[in-house]
Amino acid sequence: MGHFEATHELDVMIEENGYDDHFHDHHHGDKYQSNFIHHYIFSMDHKIIARQFLITGIFWALIGAAMSIVFRLQLGFPEESLAWLQPLLGKWIVVSEAGIGKLAPEFYYALVTMHGTIIVFFVLTAGLSGTFSNLLIPLQLGARDMASPFLNMLSYWFFFLSSVVMFYSLFLNTGPFAGGWTAYPPLSALPQASSGSGAGMTLWLVSLTFFVVSVLLGGINYVTTVLNLRTKGMSLWRMPLTIWAFFVTAILGILSFPVLVSGFFMLMCDRGLGTSFFLSEIFIEGQALDYIGGSPILYQHLFWFLGHPEVYIIILPAMGLTSEVLSVHARKPIFGYRAMVYSIMAIGFLSFIVWAHHMFMSGVNPFISNFFVVFTLIIAVPSAVKVFNWITTLYGGNIKLNTPMLFAIGFVSMFISGGLTGIFLGNSAIDIQMHDTYFVVAHFHIVMGVAAFFGMFAGVYHWYPKMFGRFMNETLGKLHFWGTMIGAYAIFWPMHYIGMAGVPRRYYSFDTFDSFAHFGDLNKFITIAAIIVFAIQVVFVINFFVSIWKGKKMTTRNPWGATTLEWTTPIDTGHGNWPGKLPIVHRWAYDYNKDERDFVTQITPLAEGETPGDH
Amino acid sequence: MTLNSNNRSRIHPQKFALWLAMGSILMMFMAFTSAYFVKQATGSWVEYRLPNMFYLNSAIILLSSLTLHISYKSFVGGQEGKYKWLLVISFVLGIAFLAGQYLAWSQLFEMGIDLKGNASGAFLYLITGVHALHIFGGLAAIFVALIRAFTWDYKVTDKRKNRFEMTLQYWHFVDILWIYLFILLLFTK
Ligand code: HEM
Ligand SMILES: [Cu+2]
Repeated sequence: MGHFEATHELDVMIEENGYDDHFHDHHHGDKYQSNFIHHYIFSMDHKIIARQFLITGIFWALIGAAMSIVFRLQLGFPEESLAWLQPLLGKWIVVSEAGIGKLAPEFYYALVTMHGTIIVFFVLTAGLSGTFSNLLIPLQLGARDMASPFLNMLSYWFFFLSSVVMFYSLFLNTGPFAGGWTAYPPLSALPQASSGSGAGMTLWLVSLTFFVVSVLLGGINYVTTVLNLRTKGMSLWRMPLTIWAFFVTAILGILSFPVLVSGFFMLMCDRGLGTSFFLSEIFIEGQALDYIGGSPILYQHLFWFLGHPEVYIIILPAMGLTSEVLSVHARKPIFGYRAMVYSIMAIGFLSFIVWAHHMFMSGVNPFISNFFVVFTLIIAVPSAVKVFNWITTLYGGNIKLNTPMLFAIGFVSMFISGGLTGIFLGNSAIDIQMHDTYFVVAHFHIVMGVAAFFGMFAGVYHWYPKMFGRFMNETLGKLHFWGTMIGAYAIFWPMHYIGMAGVPRRYYSFDTFDSFAHFGDLNKFITIAAIIVFAIQVVFVINFFVSIWKGKKMTTRNPWGATTLEWTTPIDTGHGNWPGKLPIVHRWAYDYNKDERDFVTQITPLAEGETPGDH
Repeated sequence: MTLNSNNRSRIHPQKFALWLAMGSILMMFMAFTSAYFVKQATGSWVEYRLPNMFYLNSAIILLSSLTLHISYKSFVGGQEGKYKWLLVISFVLGIAFLAGQYLAWSQLFEMGIDLKGNASGAFLYLITGVHALHIFGGLAAIFVALIRAFTWDYKVTDKRKNRFEMTLQYWHFVDILWIYLFILLLFTK
């Protein structure tokens, strides 16, 4: 381990100041690293598991994004023939006698549904928090690994299983589920309701149930590790904001995903056992079904009780990564560290009492709506605190505009733009016009979709050297950033206008609405922008994979000059993370530009008479 | 476990993880019971009498918690014989509870309450059914403890103590969960 660098000053510091937990005494002939299968496949090392989550996430991101291109083609160019897609999509492209190929409407819905499900759960939940919680929690806290490396491995493999089931459902003869990522009944509860409601929905439920198991195993592990395995001196108030974010994210997951499972169980009963939880009297093809007295709204409550915390499960890790990257590359302590932590907690708490803002138009009692309006708008307060602190961190900083930093700044921009439209939607009266229009689509894509991707990109570019020992290409990185930043606004900004005009989301075609005809060109524009942005993501993927083997080698341990513990491990970080003793922490994580020093690592003891940076 | 050599609290991380898991199970039942209340408030709700078996089963599960608790105390206190036979009794009582629940469902069914009818009945089966699954998990843990008790030499180590404590806490948890669910169903049907 660490064979390139003879004795490194950081090692010396850890040997002198660290403490011996006798970790290496017990691990002769490490079983973790013994062969390929144990090392790379059924690995229990958190660093490998992090990479597994990331690469699976990238795989899904490509599929999810490609799906959006197909349905955008239909929306932007409804007249053009899609016959050229037939080799890929087969019978879902219906070719008329004149040779014009059309996307089958059922499949349009299936694509929209799968796009949402895949991006929300597989990419932005598993791929984001799975990757970075695994990588950073033990490394930044000075732990040898997670509390239970075994459960951690299971967490990945449940995600994998869930992925396999969902992937398989894409190839069903009747198609995957097509009732929207929120899976509202009756489309989700009646197997005969649409072509995707049968086998497609069954596999959707199975897949997401495995997914929840994965989230719970992971989350329980993260929380336990944070509370029990911090190294000496790492008090809660010295933890980097990344860890605070992952910690609260994990708690949200543990408390909200089980509620979704309850809803799933009830759906399964309605589908298989003939119960009427969510189904009331329904006629299909002139025939009355047996169901009586169920309530589809009940499902919406259960879904959104998870669903709203879920959007914060997605954004909090991105916020944590952004805070860290902004501070490192602005060479300044994060502004308002404690306010940041309290904001994370406030957001986490409030996220449980706003869910019905997704249901203003479902016929809930308007007085109850008022309650949810108030709490929804209050969430804007801690969100604004965070935005203010990020901007203030940048102010007067010695800003290094490299790719991770650009994405972190891009995150802040997206979060502001998308957060503001949330405040419109949070007013139940305005939501009468906006609900289920492209305005909502624009809102959540900017604030959640693009922002979370930006946080993730910032994290990938920043910690890539930690993961692979090499850097990604900067030029391609910058191209990736500017293309995505401009392109994403080009896609989603116009959608606000379309939405304000009342154009509903999830429609296959608008040719029967004369009043929307003049949006045809705008829709073309959006589609073209989406294709360009997709192409630029391919650049990222190529850069990512090629750099694993060809990237510029990392020659020093701490290339960014960061203070946190993960950069004190050898370049080639082995199992157990630190080759000898464990580091002891003496200060908070943000001592940048302190007392004439550019940065001071957390393991550096306070000098005589020095005031701590977070006094 | 060497990984835990820098453990910060006196609580074993595994035990801590178990508590988190119990919190998560609790949330699932909170969701069921909240859905139950919401559905009830929307009307079209058929009232029914709870089967008598539920009373007996509640007594059985409470008793099993007690026997398992004493078994643990005996284990720690060096009373090998008492520890073993109380463990057996706890296991048998657990099985008896499950069998009793099955009888209770049959009683319900005979009263004409089935899954396809009114949601009030379906909720009853759902909530008690999912609870039974969790009892099943607890029984599996007790079963493992049983095998160890009769195949390993009796020795009180920290590791075994911790494992027993975890089994015990989970068992108390599903027990209290049942009492909570039962009281709730009793007063709100
Ligand atoms: C200031 C903060 C925010 C407010 C006030 C807010 C408010 C709302 C409201 C009222 C809706 C429902 C609109 C409708 O369906 O008619 C909504 C939708 C949504 N919001 Fe936000 N939001 C905020 C921030 C966020 C954040 C930070 C995220 C994610 C990271 C997010 C993700 C979503 C998603 C995914 C949906 C749509 C779900 C769907 O219907 O498919 N929002 N938001
Ligand atoms: Cu929400």
